[in-house]
Amino acid sequence: MHVTRLALHDFRSYDSVEIELDPGVSVFVGANGQGKTNLVESIDYVATLASHRVSSDAPLVRAGADSAVVRVEVQRGDRSALLEVELLPGKSNRARVNRSPLPRVRDVVGILRTVIFSPEDLALVKSDPSDRRAFLDALMVLQTPRLAGTRAEYDRILRQRNTLLKTAGRNRRAELSTLDIWDENLATAGGELMAARIRLLDALAPHLAEAYVNVAALAAADRRTATATYRPSFDLADAREPAELREAMLAQIERRRPDELERGVSLVGPHRDEVVLTLGDLPAKGYASHGESWSFALALRLASFALLREDGDDPVLVLDDVFAELDRGRRDQLAALVGDAEQVLVTAAVLEDVPGGLTGQVFHVEQGVVKRD
Amino acid sequence: MYDGVIQDLIDELGSLPGVGPKSAQRIAFHLLDADPEDVRRFAAVLVQVKEKVHFCSICGNVTEDTECRICADARRDPTVLCVVEESKDILAIERTREFRGRYHVLGGAISPIAGIGPDQLRIRELLQRLGDGTVTEVIIATDPNLEGEATATYLLRMLAPLGVRVSKLASGLPVGGDLEYADEVTLGRAFEGRLSVGGAPAEPRP
Repeated sequence: MHVTRLALHDFRSYDSVEIELDPGVSVFVGANGQGKTNLVESIDYVATLASHRVSSDAPLVRAGADSAVVRVEVQRGDRSALLEVELLPGKSNRARVNRSPLPRVRDVVGILRTVIFSPEDLALVKSDPSDRRAFLDALMVLQTPRLAGTRAEYDRILRQRNTLLKTAGRNRRAELSTLDIWDENLATAGGELMAARIRLLDALAPHLAEAYVNVAALAAADRRTATATYRPSFDLADAREPAELREAMLAQIERRRPDELERGVSLVGPHRDEVVLTLGDLPAKGYASHGESWSFALALRLASFALLREDGDDPVLVLDDVFAELDRGRRDQLAALVGDAEQVLVTAAVLEDVPGGLTGQVFHVEQGVVKRD
Repeated sequence: MYDGVIQDLIDELGSLPGVGPKSAQRIAFHLLDADPEDVRRFAAVLVQVKEKVHFCSICGNVTEDTECRICADARRDPTVLCVVEESKDILAIERTREFRGRYHVLGGAISPIAGIGPDQLRIRELLQRLGDGTVTEVIIATDPNLEGEATATYLLRMLAPLGVRVSKLASGLPVGGDLEYADEVTLGRAFEGRLSVGGAPAEPRP
C-alpha cells in the first residue's frame, strides 16, 4: 500500500498543508524545527492512533487550536481509501473512512499500516521493559486490530483491580470478596494478550535473525543470532493457549496474593512481562555496544516490516531522521534493505545524509511550507 | 462574568450533568425571560423532588410513597425478581411490557475506582428479600460492561447457594441492525449465546 495524499489542519506546526505523494522513495529535507517529522508523524498516527514521539494527543494539536485533522488517502492495489482522524484533546477523537464516521475511533487502526524507524528506536534495546512491551503491542494491533479491544479491556480491569488492592489492603477483608472476580477478568484478558504476544514473537523470530545478519554482518562483520524471547513475570511452563495461560496466571495470582495486598498493586500479568533481546549468548541490554544496539533496533523494525509484508501488502516505511544516527556501513545497508518497499518516506536535515541508494522525489520543508522539488 | 444572582444561577445550572457553560447561560436567560408563575412552579418542583421523593423500602426504586408503584401492585408476579443497577433501568425494561415480575435496584455497579463495593450496593437487602422463599427466579439485568459484568458474577456467587433459578439477560445483536456492522465482541457473544431454533438436536441422545 502507499499514501497518495496527505492533508493536515492545525496539526503540530501546520495550520494547513496538503501534499501529493507517489509510490517509491520520497525524501523530506529541511533544517531542524521546520516540520519534516510532523508530516510523517501524522501518517503514522492515522495508522496506529499513537505518536512515536509523545504519549498524549495534546502536543499534536497546533498551539491555540481546539482540534486537529489528519486526512490521508491510501492506495491499496487498485482501491483507494480516505482516512480522516480528528484529534480533540480532552474529548473523544473522531475517525472517518471514505467520509463515513466510524462508531469507534480505534477501528481505523490497521487500515493503513506503517513501520517507522526513528532515533527513539534505540530505547527499544537500551531502555525499560515498557518500551519493548509497547513495541510488541503496537505491532500486534497492526497485525490483528481486534486485539486493540483486548488491550484496552486489560488496562481497564487492571486499573479497577489496582484500586481495589490499594483500598482493600488498608481496611482488609471488606471488599476482598470481589477480588477474585477481578482476578478472573484480569486473567482472561491477560491470557489472551500473552498468547498473542508469544505467537507474535514466534512469527517475528526468523525475520529478526535474518534482519540482524543483513544489517550487522555486512556493516560490522557481526554474525551472531539476534533473538527476542518473551519472559513473563512468572513461570508459564508450556502454556501457550489463552485458556492455559489464564489458568497459569490465576494460579500465580493466588500465590502472590499476600504480596499484592501488602503492596497494593497487581504484580502478575502481561503488564509486568518483559521481552528479552539477546545477541548470541548475551543480553543486548547492557552488553551490546552503541553500534550493535542500533543494528538490533533496526533489525526489530525490519523484521516488523517483513512480518507485515507476509500478509501480501507492503506497509508504508517511514525513516524519520534515522540516517544521521548511523555510521556509513549501517546507513548503506539499511538503504539497500528498504529500497524495494512499495513506499518509503524519509526525513533528513540535509540531503547528504540520505544514502545514494535511496533516490526519489524530494520535498523541501521550510517554516511549515512543503515544496516539491 | 455576570453580577450576583444571575452568575450564581449559571454556575448552579452548569454543575448539572450534560449542561456546559454555554447551555447554562442560555437556560439562565430563558428563565429570566419566562413568566414569573412558571419559574415559581419550576422552583417548587425542584424543592418538592428532594422533599417528597425517596427510595422504595422494598426494591429501592424512586417513589413518593414508602412502597413504589410496582411493589404495591398486587398483579405483578412476586416469584420473579429482576435485578437492575439504577431506577432508570426499570423504566427501560417497563417500556418493553415483557416483564411482569418485580424489581430490585442495586444503586450502581461494583467499581473500585468509583469506590463502590458490594457494601455500597443494596445486596444485603436483596438477600433478605429472597429469604422467605417467595422468589423462585432472579434475572440479572446489569449493564453489559466491565463493571456490570463483575457485579453480575458477584451476584451469581451470592445467589448460587440459595437454590433460586438465576438467569442473565442475553447479549447479542441489535434488532434492526446489520450483521456486518456488529463489533467483534458483540458478535462473539451472540455466537456464544446462540439459540437452537430447530432441526436436529445438537447432541443426539443414545
